[in-house]
Amino acid sequence: MPHIHIPDLNTLIHMITLRHLAFMVMAGVVLGSAALVVTVKNIFHSLLFLALSFLGVSGVYFLLSADFLAAVQVLVYIGAIIILMMFALMLTHRVMSTSLRQVTHQWPFAAFAALGIFGVLIRVVIFSPWKYQLQPQQPTTGIIGQALLTRYVLPFELASIVLLMAMVGAIVLAKEDKSDDSA
Amino acid sequence: MIPLEWYLALSAALFCIGIYGVLSRRNAISILMGIELMLNAANINLVAFGRYLHPNQLTGQVFAVFVLTVAAAEAAVGLAIIISVYRNREQLNVDEIDLMKG
Repeated sequence: MPHIHIPDLNTLIHMITLRHLAFMVMAGVVLGSAALVVTVKNIFHSLLFLALSFLGVSGVYFLLSADFLAAVQVLVYIGAIIILMMFALMLTHRVMSTSLRQVTHQWPFAAFAALGIFGVLIRVVIFSPWKYQLQPQQPTTGIIGQALLTRYVLPFELASIVLLMAMVGAIVLAKEDKSDDSA
Repeated sequence: MIPLEWYLALSAALFCIGIYGVLSRRNAISILMGIELMLNAANINLVAFGRYLHPNQLTGQVFAVFVLTVAAAEAAVGLAIIISVYRNREQLNVDEIDLMKG
């Protein structure tokens, strides 16, 4: 059994800095709005809370000094994916009504499974001996750009192919089929 | 300095909220939202590990960029499938779309 170091309350208070407070606020935003995403009855509200949760994740990236990823998170997730889902939601608005039941009958089992996995993950996090030291980090945008075009150039090109295929596939799937009017 | 464990705990909690959403919701779009939450949790883990264990290689962040790409592709194709299903069945509740159940 590895030894866990638990500091007493006084040193704990001295250890807490502005950075810790910022992390707690961000984590609160992320987890609170994520919990609302999966529980709120109106799906449109749930989508708006999902946007708030993504914004909180972007703040977490800032705390990890991943400035490029934080900006991309806002652009891609909030700017593209949320808007896409909003369109899909409005196109299928008839199922959006709040009078409908929104959870399946198996939700207690779902909650049980989620809690079980959470317990396992937390146990691994606490009892693993992490060895790390934090060093200051310079802005990452330029380094990521260089890495994407040198060391990771093959996955980078593959990602563009994946995006192209997804775009073509989405257009083919969502296109209205006009060939069989009799059906 | 924030301990690495805090980020891991945040990501574990976010992942499990996503799992609950995927398993318990009826509407297909809500299930997609749960999947997006889980992908975000994985991304937080990637960036946190990259920052704390290999600070100057940025491998974690590059991987997070690729996860983001795949998440965008998945959302596009998933929503196209959802719209197509809705057009054919007038229905999006996954417990009633059971045509292949036999």
